[in-house]
Amino acid sequence: MTDAQVSPPALTPSAAAGASSDGAPRISASGVRVFYGEKQALFDIDLDVPDRAVTALIGPSGCGKSTFLRCINRMNDTIPGARVEGRILLDGEDVNDRSLDPVLLRARVGMVFQKPNPFPKSIFENVAYGPRIHGIATSRPELEGVVEQALKRAGLWKEVSDRLDQPGTGLSGGQQQRLVIARAIAINPEVILMDEPCSALDPIATARIEELIDELRAQYCIVIVTHSMAQAARVSQRTAFFHMGRLVEAGPTGDIFTRPGDSRTQDYITGRFG
Amino acid sequence: MLTFIALLVLVAFSGAVYALARRRAGALALAAASPINSRPVHHGAYAAVWTAVPAALVLLFTGLLGDRVEETLVSARLPEAVRAMEAAERQVFLDDAISLARGKARSETPYPADLQVALDQAAGEVRALESRMRAFSLAAAAVLALAGAAWGLSRVRAPFRAREGVERWLQALLLACSVTAVFTTVGIVASLVWESWRFFQSVPPQAFLFGLEWDPQSAMYADQVVSEGAFGAIPLFAGTFLIMLIAMLVAAPVGLFAAIYLSEYASARTRAIVKPLLEVLAGVPTVVYGFFAALTVGPLFRAGFNAIGAQLVGGPLNELGLYLGEVQNQMALVAGAVMGVMLIPFVSSLSDDIINAVPQSLRDGSLAMGATRSETVKKVVLPAALPGVMAAMLLAVSRAVGETMIVTMAAGLQAKTTLNPLETVTTVTVQIVTLLTGDQEFDSPRTLSAFGLGLTLFAVTLMLNVVALRIVQKYREQYD
Amino acid sequence: MTELRPASDDLRAVVARRLKARNAAERRFRLYGRIAIAVALGFLVLLLGRIIQQGWSTFIDYRLTTQVYLDPARIDAADPAGANYDLLIAEQLLKRIGVADDEFGSRSDAMKDLLSGDLGFQVLDRVKADPGLIGKSLTLSAPLKADAGLYFKGQIQRSAPEEERPLTDQQLDWLDRLNADGLVKSGFNTTFLTRSDSTEPEQAGVLGAVVGSALMLILTAALAIPIGVLAATYLEEFAPKNRWTDLVEVNINNLAAVPSIVYGLLGLAVFINWMNVPRSSPLVGGLVLALMSLPTVIIATRSALKAVPPSIREAALALGASRTQTVFHHVLPLALPGVMTGAILSLAHALGETAPLLMVGMVSFVPGVPDALTSASTVLPVQIFIWENASERAFHERTAAAIMVLLAFMILMNLAAVLLRRRFERRW
Repeated sequence: MTDAQVSPPALTPSAAAGASSDGAPRISASGVRVFYGEKQALFDIDLDVPDRAVTALIGPSGCGKSTFLRCINRMNDTIPGARVEGRILLDGEDVNDRSLDPVLLRARVGMVFQKPNPFPKSIFENVAYGPRIHGIATSRPELEGVVEQALKRAGLWKEVSDRLDQPGTGLSGGQQQRLVIARAIAINPEVILMDEPCSALDPIATARIEELIDELRAQYCIVIVTHSMAQAARVSQRTAFFHMGRLVEAGPTGDIFTRPGDSRTQDYITGRFG
Repeated sequence: MLTFIALLVLVAFSGAVYALARRRAGALALAAASPINSRPVHHGAYAAVWTAVPAALVLLFTGLLGDRVEETLVSARLPEAVRAMEAAERQVFLDDAISLARGKARSETPYPADLQVALDQAAGEVRALESRMRAFSLAAAAVLALAGAAWGLSRVRAPFRAREGVERWLQALLLACSVTAVFTTVGIVASLVWESWRFFQSVPPQAFLFGLEWDPQSAMYADQVVSEGAFGAIPLFAGTFLIMLIAMLVAAPVGLFAAIYLSEYASARTRAIVKPLLEVLAGVPTVVYGFFAALTVGPLFRAGFNAIGAQLVGGPLNELGLYLGEVQNQMALVAGAVMGVMLIPFVSSLSDDIINAVPQSLRDGSLAMGATRSETVKKVVLPAALPGVMAAMLLAVSRAVGETMIVTMAAGLQAKTTLNPLETVTTVTVQIVTLLTGDQEFDSPRTLSAFGLGLTLFAVTLMLNVVALRIVQKYREQYD
Repeated sequence: MTELRPASDDLRAVVARRLKARNAAERRFRLYGRIAIAVALGFLVLLLGRIIQQGWSTFIDYRLTTQVYLDPARIDAADPAGANYDLLIAEQLLKRIGVADDEFGSRSDAMKDLLSGDLGFQVLDRVKADPGLIGKSLTLSAPLKADAGLYFKGQIQRSAPEEERPLTDQQLDWLDRLNADGLVKSGFNTTFLTRSDSTEPEQAGVLGAVVGSALMLILTAALAIPIGVLAATYLEEFAPKNRWTDLVEVNINNLAAVPSIVYGLLGLAVFINWMNVPRSSPLVGGLVLALMSLPTVIIATRSALKAVPPSIREAALALGASRTQTVFHHVLPLALPGVMTGAILSLAHALGETAPLLMVGMVSFVPGVPDALTSASTVLPVQIFIWENASERAFHERTAAAIMVLLAFMILMNLAAVLLRRRFERRW
């Protein structure tokens, strides 16, 4: 890996990076169980997530899809009383391995939340947050480069380039969500987790985000939790259906929506419950 | 006593009116073809309230203000010789006349024969006046009670909305209660401003606010000839500031870190143990802190500094060593440090509330970026909570400035303008206590200066509180 | 946007390089938090521990039990008050331990300094009641002088240089003899709990102050709680939302943060100088503390009322109850536990308040138990302040003990509040 060619170094596009070849799963979960106190929220989840594709997790509310998502970057650690069992391999490395620092893991696995949560700082500072704390870019010009690139890739640059010093909380909901995505990709993670990223947005803003997800798919492994089956059908290549803490089935999105293998999936996608 | 008996009679009478009105309304309800508007209880209560309240107000009012009215009336009719007396002597004379009139022992002031005659005469007048006033107030109360009863009973009719009438009375009572709080403020401001105004007649405000020397004792002995220098409050402000500064240097970091630890790191169990303990610390009366500062911390610090001083004497820092060897118990550092500890729970519980108001989603956002907890706190949570935390600090400063017992017991009385924490300093509150405990003459600038200090203290703390509460409110709205 | 691959190896390396330093910073930060908690709690332990350490010995006293021969030669039956009983007892004690007095009688005086004046008063009372006792012997029991007590408690030590302690070597010898003869017994100090202030530490107690505090607090509660609750009810349930009520609200919040000493100034100017309420009485103290507690009671009541869900109000109103009936029949009773908890806590705070009471003259020396709201009185925190200023060492011990009594009452009140909250707490 040669650093010197372009600034900023961390964002160097490199065909050599990301050793996993297409087809081989980027994330591979097996036997994942999650308990909140006494209550078990997930039962033996086995799921492979491919690289450079969007995997949608669908299912009724409380089915455990968000819980599973939060296992991948160990955000469940922050909930008192939560306990995770089983194995989740990211590039062959167990994320639950105690020797793996969650800081490092979370730097590699970005996350976008349900409600846009820009920090009460300027737009620039929001995007520069990750590169700053991880020491990816230290000098001001470097940072400016990183911020610009991230905003461009999140499709927000044109809208905000003239007001980078304004507070990020002043943007519209859809812009805030794209700002948060820019913040996540500014450190160039390997995986992006999205927890119902459009549920707080209007249809136009939603369309914008979906477009963005589609663009990002070319470079990242994306896992998205969504309530909307239409959205899952539009943006994802693979779909996994969760029900009552169990993974009912997973497969190519087209197959799940047209030829579900399980009657529960059939009932859910045809709107019998949800 | 008479007022009390009259009140009892009034209560009994209005009870009877209540029963009567209720019976009548009950009869009405039975007789009426259509249901009567209000229930008998409401009719009863309506009549009883009209009977009791106006009369009771008259009784209470004359009972509370009677003495004042009496004094004013009598003093207007005192003979020339008495009116020529000093204000204090005249007051004694008046009090004696009232005591005599009520058959109590008068003061032991010797009066010359002519004044003795005047005194007996005044006592006679007081007696006459008192019986007249008593008769007047009783008569007025009786008339009002009877009129109220008649009115209340006359309203017992089927269509009359007695309940609404009673509720209006109740509303008036509630309103009166909430106005009490406003009256408290008015009372504080009025009494402080009034007495300060009297003070500023003998000492100009600028000499008080910007004067560099505080020595009210000398002013008193100089027999009302007030030298302007003696009432310069700058040394008190400096002492107050120094102690506040030391207290905040202790309370701000410790309180803030305690709040951060409790809200961001501690397990629910730890919180459940530590928070009540901090509340205990907050509940300890300040006089207890004062005792601890004066008898434990003071001697301890002094011994420590003296020991360090003894080490340094004869060395290159000989001067410092000699100085440290002379340090006294009552130093600003002791009062400030103990006050700082007193403020820790105050700062931490306010900051805790404020930190908890920062939405969890911001923390999640930062943690998901791979920030450590401390980075999240430093770069996201604290900046977001900054206005609130600043407000908490301002409230703590206001507390420190107004705190009295710790400084009274541990700071000392020497008015000194210094920033050296090892010196003895005095504060505004200490001086108020010193000036106003024991016997006071309400005409001497010495006593009145306490109100000048009180007014300054009130103004400063009020300003801090208003600003802080404003900020907190804005901050709350932002995250609601 | 061209084909970009996440530079994951690079990212990993960059992040990993700083990870150690960042984790160290994290641990440091957490440590600061722990230190802060430790400082606060450590101080609490130190404070309470020190007070108990200084004060517990007050609850033990050393009593002298001895026989006194009421020598007719020294007591005039016609004027029993004229005799010096203290000296009489001291002389007989000296004789009893076999020490001869010198020609100036200085040894009797020194012995007298070891005995409480209470002994003499006891004899006087007995003789006054029954002059026939003169010429007979009486058995008496009273605490030793405070300094003598401190010697037995080990707080005055023989090893200290003689000129630095209040008792001479000779006096210490006598005390040892009296003790060896079995005249001195230790026991629970009932004097401290059953007497009021005194100039003699061994006869000083907290009863007067406790009663004064109780009278004052009852008045405070009787004024502040009803007025505060009704005011809060008005502001929360009835008041229109306009500039005036906003002003009242701001006003109340600010009043809660006004320094307590300012309330003392208010009390002095308004209650004492203007309304002629008697100085140093529980009446004026109670009035001042009631005004001081009012804002906190109002704030606590308002938050309790806010916690009652609107659905309760809507349900009552929908049944045709008037607004007043809704509030007084439904909302207020439901909010009552919260109201009472807040009220008790603010009363506990008022119990420990000192500064405003100094302003209204409660610092005077009051040796009796107050029997009315208007009689001169002192209260526990002020008693602590007065004793702390006393020069005798034995008073410091009693100051700490008085603090223990005060804290005990405060703990009881807080406990009551906690129990009330536990018992009636409702989650909506």
